[in-house]
Amino acid sequence: MGPIYLDNNATTQCDPRVIDAMMPYFIEQFGNPSSMHSFGNKVGLAVKKARAQVQTLIGAEHDSEVIFTSCGTESDSTAILSALRAQPERKEIITSTVEHPAVLSLAEHLEKEGYTVHRIGVDGQGRIDLDAYRAKLSPNVAIASFMWANNETGTIFPVEQMAEMAHEAGVMFHTDAVQAVGKLPIDLRNTHIDMLSLSGHKLHAPKGIGVLYLKRATRFRPLLRGGHQERGRRAGTENVPAIVGLGVAAELALEHMAFENTTVKRMRDQLQDGILAQVPNAFATGDVDNRLPNTANIAFEYIEGEAILLLLNKEGIAASSGSACTSGSLEPSHVMRAMGIPYTAAHGTVRFSLSRHTRDCEIERVIQAVPPIVARLRKLSPYWAGDKPLAEPEKAFAPSYA
Amino acid sequence: MWDYSEKVKEHFYNPRNAGPLDGANGIGDVGSISCGDALRLMLKVDPDSERITDAHFQTFGCGSAIASSSALTEIIKGMTLDEALAVSNQDIADYLDGLPPEKMHCSVMGREALQAAVANYRGETWSDDHEEGALVCKCFAIDAVLIEDTIRANNLGTVEDVTNYTKAGGGCAACHEGIEEILGRVLAERGERFDPTAKATPAPAMGNLARIRKIEQTIEQMRPTLQRDGGDIDLIDVDGNRILVSLKGACSGCQMEAVTLGGVQQKLIEALGEFVKVVPVGAHAHAHGSACATEA
Repeated sequence: MGPIYLDNNATTQCDPRVIDAMMPYFIEQFGNPSSMHSFGNKVGLAVKKARAQVQTLIGAEHDSEVIFTSCGTESDSTAILSALRAQPERKEIITSTVEHPAVLSLAEHLEKEGYTVHRIGVDGQGRIDLDAYRAKLSPNVAIASFMWANNETGTIFPVEQMAEMAHEAGVMFHTDAVQAVGKLPIDLRNTHIDMLSLSGHKLHAPKGIGVLYLKRATRFRPLLRGGHQERGRRAGTENVPAIVGLGVAAELALEHMAFENTTVKRMRDQLQDGILAQVPNAFATGDVDNRLPNTANIAFEYIEGEAILLLLNKEGIAASSGSACTSGSLEPSHVMRAMGIPYTAAHGTVRFSLSRHTRDCEIERVIQAVPPIVARLRKLSPYWAGDKPLAEPEKAFAPSYA
Repeated sequence: MWDYSEKVKEHFYNPRNAGPLDGANGIGDVGSISCGDALRLMLKVDPDSERITDAHFQTFGCGSAIASSSALTEIIKGMTLDEALAVSNQDIADYLDGLPPEKMHCSVMGREALQAAVANYRGETWSDDHEEGALVCKCFAIDAVLIEDTIRANNLGTVEDVTNYTKAGGGCAACHEGIEEILGRVLAERGERFDPTAKATPAPAMGNLARIRKIEQTIEQMRPTLQRDGGDIDLIDVDGNRILVSLKGACSGCQMEAVTLGGVQQKLIEALGEFVKVVPVGAHAHAHGSACATEA
């Protein structure tokens, strides 16, 4: 029995076809695409092909709207900082409380530099408050940045509608679509999304490659200035092997889009239903009717996520958790807190994220492995007695907190 | 994945003394706000000898919280209450062959549960006096609250000051941005601005003699504990921040040596308010060390 990888929202395995496509660009065609000699003469064409493959996956109107970057975080930073530099008179940013740190930490930093950040909240299912969002749109806002799908719960934001609202108010719109690209059909040419970030390693391409989609004629200021690469919008020698790999991965993602939304989704549902049918005091978090097909985030009350992960890992099962302990931070996941999930459940959230490589037999094994692990940790929990929580657990065990 | 020692993993996978304890007469319930973890420690104390005859725990927490709880119960079983109260969080971490810096608060929670349980047995109320903040310095496990308090108490103004007083920022230096930010915030409270070009105030004035006396005193305080285990410790020399000691008897060469040294080092760091390293010297180095001491 091999190990089972259900942490695909963290990163994915490179597809072997991606690796095969990359290899020649390390050894034979290692030249700089800017060079005149024969070591790089095919490189320019390979990059062009990859750009077209990405363009197709995200439905961009022009291939020049695809800018290769080093990662999703770089794309996010480039987008937000560009909007601020291109519109220096606009000093406000709108985002949500549940964004990835790539956006939230940047926003927090910009706040210290004097910008105003509006963080729009979510409800108990992680759904964005559209009225609050609408109320903040104004000519003072440089950019609205919202994730397409949440990395922890998979909850999908109506970014197309939100981009439309921003457009009507004359505000630029950026979406961090790192989790959505490759799992949801995306057709950017028919949206008002001005900028979009994606990351290669979330869709079976290697780490170290990302894309910023920049709708034609969107005002732009580069993050990195230097050479003429990417039409001067992202200087720095191209990471050619990774770009080629991402191109192939984009094509494969498009081929598997239906599979992802049928077979993978079915396995995800079976996993969630199978666990919840056996484990009491557990529930799925997020907007379960409107989320990524590969993600299930389950809160196990009265136990702690890291402990669950360590025991799962011992059984050869890889997942992740929103517990504070797994990150070394003070709080459990900001996403769980934003949804108002109580501490005793937020600390015990486990995210299972599948991929097209996941198999039915693996799902069966996980369904069998989880209940005894949860039971074992609950036996250690001061909130638990026998086969159920204490009556009024938060009152029955109320430690003095330091 | 955390870099947990084998001992942490072993205590997590096979926790000792887990679950409720019938007839417990000392119970301590504490939580660590920084992790959301919580622990109930249950003691059975013999009223005549004040000896802990049994100890159990229940923990809502991560791997190292469960391992720290398990280790704590093993350490204190058989101890008198006073002996148990001398167990430091460093002792718990040492018992587990160390904890990652982000996880040291798990051992702190263990020590607090112990204090709370003893207080409960004695009919006293225990109140916690320490507050934990976000971890700033990962090299020395120093959190924001400690840094803030130290800046306020000593009117510090530079990153170097903070490092001198708390050790924070004295390692890889990656947290200097974070320390500058805290300085900016605290200095703003007293109407000042953080000046990155400011000179550090001189280190806390403790003369050589006072410092060595302090070291001697601290070692004297620990001696009875070591002697009880059939060992002993001698101060050989003080060389800058290196404190050379010789371990005798049961301490010397036994597997517990590293643990003992770690404990001595922790106590000395606390007493001196500076980072020092305790280095054991053997018979050969002993003579050399003595010679140096004479020369000095």
